[in-house]
Amino acid sequence: MKEKSKPRAELTKKNTINLALWTGAWLVTMAISSFGSLLLWEGNSLLSGLAILINFLVGIGMIFANIKHLKGLDELQRKIQLEAMGIALGLAVVAGLAYSSLDQTNLISYNAEISHLVILIGITYFAGVLIGTSRYR
Amino acid sequence: MKNKIKILRAEHELTQQQLAEMVAVSRQTINAIEKGKFDPSLPLAFKISKLFNLSIEEIFQNE
Repeated sequence: MKEKSKPRAELTKKNTINLALWTGAWLVTMAISSFGSLLLWEGNSLLSGLAILINFLVGIGMIFANIKHLKGLDELQRKIQLEAMGIALGLAVVAGLAYSSLDQTNLISYNAEISHLVILIGITYFAGVLIGTSRYR
Repeated sequence: MKNKIKILRAEHELTQQQLAEMVAVSRQTINAIEKGKFDPSLPLAFKISKLFNLSIEEIFQNE
């Protein structure tokens, strides 16, 4: 009875904070690249391109932070994440293509925006994690 | 899969949190294993059995 390792909760907390910071930075750079040309630099292509590049690079950082977060989880937590991601990805493909078809056939009066799909993925993933966590409680 | 983790934990006066830290998983994972909601991987089962100085078969039984 002598095995002892670094508390999993401590590592998960550290990785979650790291991921939250990267996600927050990505959202801020996304907002800057989206609204900057309208509100800050009024159509300057160089600054718009630079803002998009920074947003892309921060996005790459966020992906690596997510991988690090997943690697730090234990096997049950990974299972919950995998199931949530599977549902989110599946729904994104099925609902995304159906939504696109609705737009192409003019069954909806507005344009099918990618942001709608991103919101759907986010909500589905979040719900998947919550349901998974409560299922194994 | 049934297991005797809860009994062994009580015998060794360990909380779920303490056992979780000893085998480097979350408390939720120990709880889910005890309740039979989640089957541990072979490496985790080995860690638990080594900790209690028992064989895997003595702790885990197929239902």
